[in-house]
Amino acid sequence: MSLNHYLVLGAILFTIGIFGIFLNRRNVIIIMMSIELILLAVNINFVAFSRFMGNVDGQIITFFVMTVAAAEAAIGLAILVAFFRNRATIDVEEIDSMKG
Amino acid sequence: MAVEQLDIHLVLMMPEILVAIMAMALLLLSAWTHKGGAGVIHWLTMMTIVAVVLVIQVGSGTATTFGGQFITDDFSRYVKVVMCLGMVLPVLMSADYIRGHGMDGGEYHVVTMFAMLGGMIMASSGGFLILYLGLELMSLSLYVLAAWRRDDRCSSEAGLKYFVLGSVASGLLLYGISMVYGVTGGTGFAEVASFLGKPEGHGSQLLALGVVMILAGMGFKIAAVPFHMWAPDVYQGAPTPVTAFMSVVPKVAAIAALFRILFDVFPTYHVQWVPILQLFAVLSMAVGAFGGLVQTNIKRLLAYSSIGHVGYMLIGLVANSQAGAQGVLVYITIYLFMTVGVFGLIIAFDRQGLGENISDYQGLARKQPVMAFVMAMFMFSMAGIPPLAGFIGKFSIFMAAVKGGFIPLAVVGVLFSAVGAFYYIRVVKVMYFDQPEGEFKVTLSGGGFIVVSLSLFMIFFWGILPGDLLAWTGASVQAFH
Repeated sequence: MSLNHYLVLGAILFTIGIFGIFLNRRNVIIIMMSIELILLAVNINFVAFSRFMGNVDGQIITFFVMTVAAAEAAIGLAILVAFFRNRATIDVEEIDSMKG
Repeated sequence: MAVEQLDIHLVLMMPEILVAIMAMALLLLSAWTHKGGAGVIHWLTMMTIVAVVLVIQVGSGTATTFGGQFITDDFSRYVKVVMCLGMVLPVLMSADYIRGHGMDGGEYHVVTMFAMLGGMIMASSGGFLILYLGLELMSLSLYVLAAWRRDDRCSSEAGLKYFVLGSVASGLLLYGISMVYGVTGGTGFAEVASFLGKPEGHGSQLLALGVVMILAGMGFKIAAVPFHMWAPDVYQGAPTPVTAFMSVVPKVAAIAALFRILFDVFPTYHVQWVPILQLFAVLSMAVGAFGGLVQTNIKRLLAYSSIGHVGYMLIGLVANSQAGAQGVLVYITIYLFMTVGVFGLIIAFDRQGLGENISDYQGLARKQPVMAFVMAMFMFSMAGIPPLAGFIGKFSIFMAAVKGGFIPLAVVGVLFSAVGAFYYIRVVKVMYFDQPEGEFKVTLSGGGFIVVSLSLFMIFFWGILPGDLLAWTGASVQAFH
Protein backbone atom coordinates (compact mmCIF):
# COMPACT_ATOMS: atom_id res chain seq x y z
CA MET A 1 0.00 0.00 0.00
CA SER A 2 1.51 3.31 -1.01
CA LEU A 3 0.52 6.81 0.06
CA ASN A 4 -1.37 7.22 -3.20
CA HIS A 5 -3.77 4.40 -2.36
CA TYR A 6 -4.83 6.17 0.80
CA LEU A 7 -5.12 9.54 -0.91
CA VAL A 8 -7.30 8.06 -3.64
CA LEU A 9 -9.51 6.46 -0.99
CA GLY A 10 -9.78 9.83 0.74
CA ALA A 11 -10.61 11.56 -2.55
CA ILE A 12 -13.30 8.97 -3.35
CA LEU A 13 -14.92 9.37 0.07
CA PHE A 14 -14.77 13.15 -0.25
CA THR A 15 -16.40 13.05 -3.69
CA ILE A 16 -19.14 10.72 -2.48
CA GLY A 17 -19.78 13.13 0.38
CA ILE A 18 -20.03 16.18 -1.88
CA PHE A 19 -22.30 14.36 -4.36
CA GLY A 20 -24.40 13.04 -1.50
CA ILE A 21 -25.12 16.59 -0.44
CA PHE A 22 -25.85 18.16 -3.79
CA LEU A 23 -27.56 15.31 -5.63
CA ASN A 24 -29.67 14.06 -2.73
CA ARG A 25 -33.20 15.44 -3.02
CA ARG A 26 -34.93 13.44 -0.33
CA ASN A 27 -33.68 13.42 3.20
CA VAL A 28 -31.70 15.79 5.41
CA ILE A 29 -30.33 12.87 7.42
CA ILE A 30 -28.50 11.71 4.28
CA ILE A 31 -26.91 15.17 4.09
CA MET A 32 -25.68 14.76 7.68
CA MET A 33 -24.18 11.37 6.75
CA SER A 34 -22.47 12.95 3.74
CA ILE A 35 -20.94 15.65 5.96
CA GLU A 36 -19.53 12.96 8.24
CA LEU A 37 -18.14 11.21 5.16
CA ILE A 38 -16.32 14.38 4.10
CA LEU A 39 -14.74 14.71 7.54
CA LEU A 40 -13.72 11.04 7.47
CA ALA A 41 -12.05 11.55 4.10
CA VAL A 42 -10.09 14.41 5.64
CA ASN A 43 -9.07 12.21 8.57
CA ILE A 44 -7.81 9.47 6.24
CA ASN A 45 -5.72 12.06 4.41
CA PHE A 46 -4.24 13.39 7.63
CA VAL A 47 -3.39 9.96 9.02
CA ALA A 48 -1.93 8.76 5.73
CA PHE A 49 0.28 11.83 5.36
CA SER A 50 1.27 11.59 8.99
CA ARG A 51 2.23 7.90 8.68
CA PHE A 52 4.22 8.31 5.49
CA MET A 53 6.05 11.45 6.59
CA GLY A 54 6.78 10.14 10.07
CA ASN A 55 5.30 13.33 11.51
CA VAL A 56 2.77 13.03 14.31
CA ASP A 57 0.95 16.37 13.76
CA GLY A 58 -1.61 14.89 11.40
CA GLN A 59 -2.76 12.29 13.89
CA ILE A 60 -3.25 14.95 16.56
CA ILE A 61 -5.34 16.99 14.13
CA THR A 62 -7.45 13.91 13.45
CA PHE A 63 -8.49 13.75 17.10
CA PHE A 64 -9.55 17.38 17.06
CA VAL A 65 -11.48 16.87 13.83
CA MET A 66 -13.33 13.89 15.30
CA THR A 67 -14.26 15.88 18.40
CA VAL A 68 -15.52 18.80 16.34
CA ALA A 69 -17.43 16.39 14.07
CA ALA A 70 -19.26 15.00 17.11
CA ALA A 71 -20.23 18.50 18.26
CA GLU A 72 -21.30 19.37 14.74
CA ALA A 73 -23.53 16.30 14.47
CA ALA A 74 -25.15 17.09 17.82
CA ILE A 75 -25.92 20.68 16.83
CA GLY A 76 -27.09 19.68 13.36
CA LEU A 77 -29.50 17.10 14.71
CA ALA A 78 -30.82 19.55 17.31
CA ILE A 79 -31.55 22.11 14.60
CA LEU A 80 -33.14 19.38 12.51
CA VAL A 81 -35.45 18.43 15.38
CA ALA A 82 -36.50 22.09 15.74
CA PHE A 83 -37.15 22.20 12.02
CA PHE A 84 -39.16 18.97 12.09
CA ARG A 85 -41.38 20.27 14.91
CA ASN A 86 -42.29 23.29 12.77
CA ARG A 87 -42.82 21.52 9.48
CA ALA A 88 -43.39 17.82 10.24
CA THR A 89 -41.05 16.95 7.39
CA ILE A 90 -37.33 16.64 6.73
CA ASP A 91 -37.67 16.45 2.97
CA VAL A 92 -34.93 18.49 1.29
CA GLU A 93 -37.35 19.91 -1.29
CA GLU A 94 -39.62 21.26 1.44
CA ILE A 95 -36.88 23.57 2.77
CA ASP A 96 -37.99 26.42 0.57
CA SER A 97 -40.15 28.87 2.51
CA MET A 98 -37.80 31.77 1.70
CA LYS A 99 -37.31 32.84 -1.89
CA GLY A 100 -36.18 35.85 -3.85
CA MET B 1 4.65 21.70 16.06
CA ALA B 2 7.82 20.30 17.63
CA VAL B 3 8.01 22.05 20.97
CA GLU B 4 11.50 21.99 22.44
CA GLN B 5 10.69 23.76 25.65
CA LEU B 6 7.37 24.68 27.18
CA ASP B 7 6.28 27.90 25.59
CA ILE B 8 3.08 28.90 27.34
CA HIS B 9 2.31 32.52 28.15
CA LEU B 10 -1.30 32.59 29.22
CA VAL B 11 -1.13 36.34 29.75
CA LEU B 12 -1.12 36.79 25.98
CA MET B 13 -4.49 35.05 25.83
CA MET B 14 -6.12 37.08 28.59
CA PRO B 15 -8.93 38.50 26.41
CA GLU B 16 -9.90 35.02 25.19
CA ILE B 17 -9.64 33.49 28.65
CA LEU B 18 -11.79 36.26 30.09
CA VAL B 19 -14.50 35.75 27.46
CA ALA B 20 -14.44 31.98 27.91
CA ILE B 21 -14.66 32.09 31.71
CA MET B 22 -17.39 34.73 31.72
CA ALA B 23 -19.39 32.88 29.08
CA MET B 24 -19.31 29.68 31.13
CA ALA B 25 -20.10 31.53 34.36
CA LEU B 26 -23.07 33.26 32.74
CA LEU B 27 -24.27 29.92 31.37
CA LEU B 28 -24.38 28.55 34.92
CA LEU B 29 -26.03 31.74 36.17
CA SER B 30 -28.74 31.52 33.53
CA ALA B 31 -29.35 27.87 34.39
CA TRP B 32 -29.80 28.69 38.09
CA THR B 33 -31.89 31.84 37.78
CA HIS B 34 -34.17 30.71 34.90
CA LYS B 35 -35.81 33.72 33.24
CA GLY B 36 -35.31 35.98 36.26
CA GLY B 37 -31.61 36.47 35.61
CA ALA B 38 -31.91 37.54 31.97
CA GLY B 39 -31.58 41.25 32.74
CA VAL B 40 -28.54 40.71 34.95
CA ILE B 41 -26.91 38.53 32.33
CA HIS B 42 -27.58 41.18 29.70
CA TRP B 43 -25.66 43.79 31.69
CA LEU B 44 -22.92 41.38 32.78
CA THR B 45 -22.35 40.47 29.13
CA MET B 46 -21.82 44.08 28.19
CA MET B 47 -19.55 44.72 31.17
CA THR B 48 -17.51 41.67 30.20
CA ILE B 49 -17.02 42.99 26.69
CA VAL B 50 -15.97 46.39 28.03
CA ALA B 51 -13.46 44.64 30.31
CA VAL B 52 -12.20 42.59 27.37
CA VAL B 53 -11.61 45.74 25.32
CA LEU B 54 -9.62 47.19 28.22
CA VAL B 55 -7.58 43.99 28.54
CA ILE B 56 -6.90 43.96 24.80
CA GLN B 57 -5.47 47.46 25.05
CA VAL B 58 -2.85 46.24 27.54
CA GLY B 59 0.34 45.12 25.89
CA SER B 60 1.98 46.03 22.64
CA GLY B 61 4.28 44.59 20.03
CA THR B 62 4.17 41.10 18.59
CA ALA B 63 4.36 37.95 20.69
CA THR B 64 3.54 34.29 20.12
CA THR B 65 2.76 31.46 22.49
CA PHE B 66 1.98 27.72 22.35
CA GLY B 67 4.84 27.11 19.95
CA GLY B 68 3.79 29.89 17.61
CA GLN B 69 0.20 28.64 17.39
CA PHE B 70 -1.21 31.80 18.97
CA ILE B 71 -0.19 35.28 17.86
CA THR B 72 -0.92 38.63 19.45
CA ASP B 73 0.09 41.67 17.48
CA ASP B 74 -1.26 45.10 16.64
CA PHE B 75 -3.39 43.62 13.88
CA SER B 76 -5.07 41.03 16.12
CA ARG B 77 -5.68 43.66 18.81
CA TYR B 78 -7.35 46.01 16.34
CA VAL B 79 -9.51 43.25 14.87
CA LYS B 80 -10.55 42.04 18.32
CA VAL B 81 -11.68 45.51 19.33
CA VAL B 82 -13.77 45.69 16.14
CA MET B 83 -15.27 42.29 16.98
CA CYS B 84 -16.09 43.42 20.53
CA LEU B 85 -17.94 46.42 19.07
CA GLY B 86 -19.70 44.15 16.61
CA MET B 87 -20.86 42.02 19.52
CA VAL B 88 -21.77 44.64 22.13
CA LEU B 89 -23.70 47.04 19.87
CA PRO B 90 -26.25 44.44 18.65
CA VAL B 91 -26.68 43.21 22.25
CA LEU B 92 -27.24 46.77 23.48
CA MET B 93 -29.84 47.63 20.86
CA SER B 94 -31.81 44.41 20.98
CA ALA B 95 -32.63 43.98 24.69
CA ASP B 96 -36.36 44.41 24.18
CA TYR B 97 -36.44 42.51 20.87
CA ILE B 98 -34.96 39.54 22.72
CA ARG B 99 -37.54 39.87 25.51
CA GLY B 100 -40.43 40.45 23.10
CA HIS B 101 -39.70 37.42 20.93
CA GLY B 102 -39.19 34.90 23.71
CA MET B 103 -35.44 34.68 23.16
CA ASP B 104 -34.42 35.65 26.67
CA GLY B 105 -33.15 33.42 29.42
CA GLY B 106 -29.55 34.50 29.13
CA GLU B 107 -28.28 31.65 26.97
CA TYR B 108 -28.60 33.89 23.94
CA HIS B 109 -25.84 36.13 25.26
CA VAL B 110 -23.70 33.15 26.20
CA VAL B 111 -23.84 31.66 22.70
CA THR B 112 -23.09 35.07 21.20
CA MET B 113 -20.03 35.33 23.43
CA PHE B 114 -18.84 31.91 22.33
CA ALA B 115 -19.24 32.94 18.70
CA MET B 116 -17.15 36.04 19.36
CA LEU B 117 -14.56 33.93 21.22
CA GLY B 118 -14.19 31.73 18.15
CA GLY B 119 -13.71 34.82 16.02
CA MET B 120 -11.04 36.18 18.38
CA ILE B 121 -9.16 32.89 18.24
CA MET B 122 -9.28 32.98 14.44
CA ALA B 123 -7.83 36.48 14.40
CA SER B 124 -4.93 35.33 16.61
CA SER B 125 -4.34 31.96 14.99
CA GLY B 126 -0.78 31.01 14.17
CA GLY B 127 -1.52 27.61 12.67
CA PHE B 128 -4.14 25.85 10.62
CA LEU B 129 -5.33 23.68 13.51
CA ILE B 130 -6.12 26.60 15.81
CA LEU B 131 -7.63 28.47 12.88
CA TYR B 132 -9.97 25.54 12.25
CA LEU B 133 -10.91 25.22 15.92
CA GLY B 134 -11.69 28.93 16.20
CA LEU B 135 -13.70 28.78 13.00
CA GLU B 136 -15.75 25.83 14.21
CA LEU B 137 -16.42 27.40 17.60
CA MET B 138 -17.71 30.47 15.82
CA SER B 139 -19.68 28.61 13.15
CA LEU B 140 -21.34 26.12 15.49
CA SER B 141 -22.48 28.98 17.74
CA LEU B 142 -23.81 30.84 14.71
CA TYR B 143 -25.84 27.86 13.48
CA VAL B 144 -27.54 27.74 16.88
CA LEU B 145 -28.08 31.52 16.91
CA ALA B 146 -29.66 31.49 13.44
CA ALA B 147 -32.18 28.87 14.60
CA TRP B 148 -32.77 30.60 17.92
CA ARG B 149 -36.52 31.22 17.46
CA ARG B 150 -37.41 27.57 17.66
CA ASP B 151 -41.10 28.00 16.90
CA ASP B 152 -40.52 30.20 13.87
CA ARG B 153 -40.56 28.42 10.49
CA CYS B 154 -38.07 30.75 8.86
CA SER B 155 -35.63 30.77 11.77
CA SER B 156 -35.24 27.01 12.02
CA GLU B 157 -35.00 26.76 8.26
CA ALA B 158 -32.28 29.43 8.26
CA GLY B 159 -30.38 27.47 10.91
CA LEU B 160 -30.63 24.24 8.93
CA LYS B 161 -29.46 25.83 5.68
CA TYR B 162 -26.61 27.61 7.41
CA PHE B 163 -25.60 24.37 9.12
CA VAL B 164 -25.52 22.25 5.96
CA LEU B 165 -23.67 24.76 3.77
CA GLY B 166 -21.36 25.84 6.59
CA SER B 167 -20.38 22.25 7.30
CA VAL B 168 -19.57 21.65 3.65
CA ALA B 169 -17.39 24.77 3.77
CA SER B 170 -15.56 23.47 6.84
CA GLY B 171 -15.06 20.15 5.04
CA LEU B 172 -13.56 21.92 2.02
CA LEU B 173 -11.30 23.99 4.26
CA LEU B 174 -10.09 20.92 6.14
CA TYR B 175 -9.45 18.98 2.94
CA GLY B 176 -7.36 21.90 1.74
CA ILE B 177 -5.47 21.99 5.03
CA SER B 178 -4.73 18.26 4.73
CA MET B 179 -3.24 18.86 1.27
CA VAL B 180 -1.07 21.70 2.55
CA TYR B 181 0.03 19.50 5.45
CA GLY B 182 0.86 16.64 3.10
CA VAL B 183 3.07 18.82 0.92
CA THR B 184 4.77 20.95 3.56
CA GLY B 185 4.84 18.58 6.53
CA GLY B 186 3.53 21.14 8.97
CA THR B 187 0.41 23.03 9.96
CA GLY B 188 1.92 26.02 11.76
CA PHE B 189 1.83 29.16 9.62
CA ALA B 190 5.55 29.79 10.17
CA GLU B 191 6.52 26.22 9.23
CA VAL B 192 4.45 26.25 6.05
CA ALA B 193 5.73 29.69 5.07
CA SER B 194 9.37 28.71 5.59
CA PHE B 195 8.87 25.57 3.49
CA LEU B 196 7.31 27.62 0.70
CA GLY B 197 10.16 30.12 0.91
CA LYS B 198 12.59 27.46 -0.31
CA PRO B 199 13.00 26.86 -4.05
CA GLU B 200 11.61 23.30 -3.94
CA GLY B 201 8.45 24.53 -2.22
CA HIS B 202 6.78 25.50 -5.49
CA GLY B 203 5.03 23.89 -8.39
CA SER B 204 3.19 21.20 -6.50
CA GLN B 205 -0.27 20.42 -7.90
CA LEU B 206 -1.39 19.13 -4.54
CA LEU B 207 -0.46 22.40 -2.85
CA ALA B 208 -2.30 24.40 -5.52
CA LEU B 209 -5.40 22.29 -4.90
CA GLY B 210 -5.03 22.84 -1.17
CA VAL B 211 -4.82 26.62 -1.54
CA VAL B 212 -7.91 26.67 -3.77
CA MET B 213 -9.90 24.59 -1.28
CA ILE B 214 -8.83 26.73 1.68
CA LEU B 215 -9.89 29.85 -0.20
CA ALA B 216 -13.22 28.21 -1.09
CA GLY B 217 -13.84 27.32 2.55
CA MET B 218 -13.05 30.84 3.72
CA GLY B 219 -15.11 32.25 0.85
CA PHE B 220 -18.15 30.42 2.25
CA LYS B 221 -17.64 32.04 5.64
CA ILE B 222 -17.44 35.58 4.27
CA ALA B 223 -20.26 34.86 1.76
CA ALA B 224 -18.16 35.66 -1.32
CA VAL B 225 -19.69 34.65 -4.65
CA PRO B 226 -19.80 31.78 -5.82
CA PHE B 227 -20.19 30.59 -2.19
CA HIS B 228 -22.90 33.04 -1.15
CA MET B 229 -26.07 30.94 -1.66
CA TRP B 230 -26.79 30.70 2.06
CA ALA B 231 -26.51 34.40 2.85
CA PRO B 232 -29.90 35.79 1.69
CA ASP B 233 -31.94 32.99 3.27
CA VAL B 234 -30.01 33.01 6.54
CA TYR B 235 -30.07 36.80 6.84
CA GLN B 236 -33.82 36.81 6.24
CA GLY B 237 -34.72 33.89 8.48
CA ALA B 238 -32.48 34.55 11.47
CA PRO B 239 -33.81 36.83 14.24
CA THR B 240 -32.83 40.45 13.49
CA PRO B 241 -30.27 40.90 16.33
CA VAL B 242 -28.58 37.69 15.17
CA THR B 243 -28.50 38.97 11.59
CA ALA B 244 -26.89 42.18 12.82
CA PHE B 245 -24.31 40.15 14.74
CA MET B 246 -23.57 37.69 11.96
CA SER B 247 -23.20 40.33 9.30
CA VAL B 248 -20.27 41.81 11.22
CA VAL B 249 -18.36 39.54 13.60
CA PRO B 250 -17.94 36.38 11.46
CA LYS B 251 -16.96 38.50 8.46
CA VAL B 252 -14.36 40.41 10.48
CA ALA B 253 -13.01 37.13 11.85
CA ALA B 254 -12.87 35.38 8.49
CA ILE B 255 -11.25 38.39 6.81
CA ALA B 256 -8.68 38.50 9.63
CA ALA B 257 -7.99 34.78 9.11
CA LEU B 258 -7.61 35.44 5.37
CA PHE B 259 -5.04 38.13 6.21
CA ARG B 260 -3.06 35.55 8.15
CA ILE B 261 -3.38 32.87 5.48
CA LEU B 262 -2.57 35.10 2.52
CA PHE B 263 0.08 37.39 4.01
CA ASP B 264 1.71 35.11 6.61
CA VAL B 265 1.49 31.68 4.99
CA PHE B 266 1.28 32.12 1.24
CA PRO B 267 3.00 35.47 0.54
CA THR B 268 5.35 33.76 -1.91
CA TYR B 269 2.40 32.11 -3.58
CA HIS B 270 0.48 35.20 -4.65
CA VAL B 271 0.57 34.28 -8.35
CA GLN B 272 -1.80 31.51 -7.34
CA TRP B 273 -4.26 33.27 -5.07
CA VAL B 274 -4.48 36.76 -6.56
CA PRO B 275 -6.45 35.63 -9.67
CA ILE B 276 -8.80 33.50 -7.54
CA LEU B 277 -9.60 36.36 -5.18
CA GLN B 278 -9.93 38.69 -8.14
CA LEU B 279 -12.61 36.40 -9.55
CA PHE B 280 -14.35 36.23 -6.14
CA ALA B 281 -14.25 40.03 -5.88
CA VAL B 282 -15.72 40.74 -9.31
CA LEU B 283 -18.45 38.10 -8.96
CA SER B 284 -19.34 39.28 -5.43
CA MET B 285 -19.64 42.88 -6.53
CA ALA B 286 -21.79 41.83 -9.50
CA VAL B 287 -24.15 39.62 -7.48
CA GLY B 288 -24.27 42.22 -4.69
CA ALA B 289 -25.19 44.95 -7.16
CA PHE B 290 -27.70 43.10 -9.37
CA GLY B 291 -29.15 40.68 -6.81
CA GLY B 292 -30.27 43.53 -4.58
CA LEU B 293 -32.29 45.20 -7.34
CA VAL B 294 -35.29 42.87 -7.13
CA GLN B 295 -35.50 42.35 -3.37
CA THR B 296 -38.57 43.30 -1.38
CA ASN B 297 -37.41 42.20 2.08
CA ILE B 298 -35.04 44.64 3.78
CA LYS B 299 -32.96 41.93 5.49
CA ARG B 300 -32.58 40.10 2.18
CA LEU B 301 -31.57 43.37 0.58
CA LEU B 302 -28.92 43.83 3.26
CA ALA B 303 -27.66 40.30 2.59
CA TYR B 304 -26.98 41.20 -1.04
CA SER B 305 -25.54 44.48 0.15
CA SER B 306 -23.11 42.61 2.41
CA ILE B 307 -22.13 40.29 -0.46
CA GLY B 308 -21.26 43.41 -2.44
CA HIS B 309 -19.29 44.88 0.48
CA VAL B 310 -17.29 41.64 0.74
CA GLY B 311 -16.45 42.04 -2.93
CA TYR B 312 -14.97 45.50 -2.27
CA MET B 313 -13.01 44.20 0.73
CA LEU B 314 -11.56 41.42 -1.43
CA ILE B 315 -10.20 44.07 -3.83
CA GLY B 316 -8.10 45.30 -0.90
CA LEU B 317 -6.73 41.79 -0.40
CA VAL B 318 -6.06 41.37 -4.11
CA ALA B 319 -3.99 44.57 -4.10
CA ASN B 320 -1.57 42.54 -1.93
CA SER B 321 0.00 45.60 -0.34
CA GLN B 322 0.00 47.41 2.96
CA ALA B 323 -2.29 50.06 1.52
CA GLY B 324 -4.73 47.32 0.49
CA ALA B 325 -4.65 45.70 3.92
CA GLN B 326 -5.25 49.07 5.52
CA GLY B 327 -8.12 49.72 3.13
CA VAL B 328 -9.77 46.45 4.16
CA LEU B 329 -9.57 47.36 7.85
CA VAL B 330 -10.92 50.86 7.19
CA TYR B 331 -13.75 49.41 5.12
CA ILE B 332 -14.72 46.77 7.65
CA THR B 333 -14.71 49.23 10.55
CA ILE B 334 -17.01 51.61 8.69
CA TYR B 335 -19.13 48.69 7.49
CA LEU B 336 -19.60 47.68 11.14
CA PHE B 337 -21.18 51.03 12.05
CA MET B 338 -23.32 51.27 8.91
CA THR B 339 -24.68 47.76 9.33
CA VAL B 340 -25.32 47.99 13.05
CA GLY B 341 -27.06 51.34 12.57
CA VAL B 342 -29.40 50.00 9.88
CA PHE B 343 -30.27 46.93 11.94
CA GLY B 344 -30.91 49.17 14.94
CA LEU B 345 -33.56 50.95 12.88
CA ILE B 346 -35.03 47.67 11.59
CA ILE B 347 -35.39 46.50 15.20
CA ALA B 348 -37.08 49.82 16.03
CA PHE B 349 -39.56 49.30 13.16
CA ASP B 350 -40.16 45.77 14.40
CA ARG B 351 -41.14 47.19 17.83
CA GLN B 352 -44.13 48.81 16.15
CA GLY B 353 -45.10 45.60 14.41
CA LEU B 354 -43.94 46.95 11.04
CA GLY B 355 -42.88 44.18 8.72
CA GLU B 356 -39.52 43.62 7.14
CA ASN B 357 -40.77 44.53 3.66
CA ILE B 358 -39.39 47.67 2.11
CA SER B 359 -42.94 48.67 1.11
CA ASP B 360 -43.84 48.85 4.83
CA TYR B 361 -41.68 51.97 5.05
CA GLN B 362 -43.78 53.90 2.51
CA GLY B 363 -44.07 57.54 3.42
CA LEU B 364 -42.05 57.23 6.60
CA ALA B 365 -40.58 60.69 5.99
CA ARG B 366 -44.01 62.38 6.26
CA LYS B 367 -44.71 60.95 9.69
CA GLN B 368 -41.25 60.53 11.16
CA PRO B 369 -38.81 62.80 9.38
CA VAL B 370 -35.93 62.13 11.80
CA MET B 371 -36.12 58.34 11.47
CA ALA B 372 -36.35 58.57 7.70
CA PHE B 373 -33.39 60.96 7.60
CA VAL B 374 -31.22 58.63 9.71
CA MET B 375 -32.14 55.63 7.56
CA ALA B 376 -31.39 57.65 4.42
CA MET B 377 -27.96 58.60 5.76
CA PHE B 378 -27.09 54.94 6.40
CA MET B 379 -28.27 54.03 2.90
CA PHE B 380 -26.23 56.84 1.32
CA SER B 381 -23.20 55.76 3.32
CA MET B 382 -23.57 52.16 2.12
CA ALA B 383 -23.87 53.44 -1.45
CA GLY B 384 -20.57 55.26 -0.90
CA ILE B 385 -21.77 58.83 -1.36
CA PRO B 386 -19.46 61.49 0.11
CA PRO B 387 -19.14 63.05 2.66
CA LEU B 388 -20.29 59.92 4.54
CA ALA B 389 -17.85 57.32 5.81
CA GLY B 390 -18.84 54.65 3.28
CA PHE B 391 -17.10 56.78 0.67
CA ILE B 392 -13.83 56.77 2.64
CA GLY B 393 -13.90 52.96 2.80
CA LYS B 394 -14.47 52.56 -0.94
CA PHE B 395 -11.96 55.30 -1.74
CA SER B 396 -9.11 53.73 0.24
CA ILE B 397 -9.81 50.31 -1.32
CA PHE B 398 -9.89 51.64 -4.87
CA MET B 399 -6.77 53.76 -4.32
CA ALA B 400 -4.90 50.69 -3.08
CA ALA B 401 -6.03 48.75 -6.16
CA VAL B 402 -4.87 51.52 -8.49
CA LYS B 403 -1.51 51.77 -6.73
CA GLY B 404 -1.10 47.99 -6.94
CA GLY B 405 -1.67 48.11 -10.70
CA PHE B 406 -5.18 46.62 -10.65
CA ILE B 407 -6.76 49.51 -12.55
CA PRO B 408 -9.39 47.44 -14.45
CA LEU B 409 -10.51 45.91 -11.15
CA ALA B 410 -10.89 49.35 -9.59
CA VAL B 411 -12.89 50.56 -12.60
CA VAL B 412 -15.19 47.52 -12.40
CA GLY B 413 -15.61 48.19 -8.68
CA VAL B 414 -16.64 51.79 -9.26
CA LEU B 415 -19.14 50.72 -11.94
CA PHE B 416 -20.74 48.08 -9.71
CA SER B 417 -20.92 50.49 -6.80
CA ALA B 418 -22.86 52.84 -9.11
CA VAL B 419 -25.30 50.01 -9.95
CA GLY B 420 -25.58 49.07 -6.29
CA ALA B 421 -26.37 52.66 -5.33
CA PHE B 422 -29.69 52.21 -7.15
CA TYR B 423 -31.25 49.90 -4.61
CA TYR B 424 -30.04 51.86 -1.61
CA ILE B 425 -31.60 54.96 -3.10
CA ARG B 426 -34.79 53.01 -3.86
CA VAL B 427 -35.26 52.57 -0.09
CA VAL B 428 -34.86 56.35 0.32
CA LYS B 429 -37.37 56.91 -2.49
CA VAL B 430 -39.93 54.63 -0.82
CA MET B 431 -39.57 56.53 2.45
CA TYR B 432 -39.66 60.04 0.97
CA PHE B 433 -41.83 59.97 -2.14
CA ASP B 434 -44.44 57.25 -1.59
CA GLN B 435 -47.75 57.86 0.15
CA PRO B 436 -48.00 56.55 3.74
CA GLU B 437 -50.54 53.76 4.14
CA GLY B 438 -50.84 53.52 7.89
CA GLU B 439 -49.78 55.28 11.02
CA PHE B 440 -46.18 55.18 12.18
CA LYS B 441 -45.11 55.53 15.76
CA VAL B 442 -41.57 54.24 15.54
CA THR B 443 -39.57 54.76 18.70
CA LEU B 444 -36.12 53.53 19.57
CA SER B 445 -35.46 51.75 22.83
CA GLY B 446 -32.87 53.36 25.12
CA GLY B 447 -30.08 51.05 23.95
CA GLY B 448 -31.22 51.34 20.37
CA PHE B 449 -31.04 55.13 20.59
CA ILE B 450 -27.45 54.96 21.85
CA VAL B 451 -26.38 52.53 19.13
CA VAL B 452 -28.08 54.32 16.24
CA SER B 453 -26.87 57.76 17.27
CA LEU B 454 -23.33 56.48 17.84
CA SER B 455 -23.33 54.83 14.41
CA LEU B 456 -24.70 57.97 12.76
CA PHE B 457 -22.09 60.10 14.51
CA MET B 458 -19.24 57.79 13.46
CA ILE B 459 -20.42 57.79 9.85
CA PHE B 460 -20.39 61.59 9.68
CA PHE B 461 -17.24 61.94 11.78
CA TRP B 462 -15.13 59.47 9.80
CA GLY B 463 -16.59 60.69 6.54
CA ILE B 464 -15.26 64.18 7.22
CA LEU B 465 -12.25 63.50 9.49
CA PRO B 466 -10.97 60.00 8.73
CA GLY B 467 -7.47 60.80 10.03
CA ASP B 468 -7.71 58.82 13.29
CA LEU B 469 -9.16 55.76 11.61
CA LEU B 470 -6.48 55.80 8.92
CA ALA B 471 -3.75 56.17 11.55
CA TRP B 472 -5.06 53.26 13.66
CA THR B 473 -5.52 50.92 10.73
CA GLY B 474 -2.20 51.96 9.23
CA ALA B 475 -0.41 51.14 12.48
CA SER B 476 -2.10 47.74 12.78
CA VAL B 477 -1.09 46.47 9.35
CA GLN B 478 2.62 47.36 9.77
CA ALA B 479 3.42 43.68 10.33
CA PHE B 480 2.30 42.67 6.83
CA HIS B 481 4.93 42.99 4.10
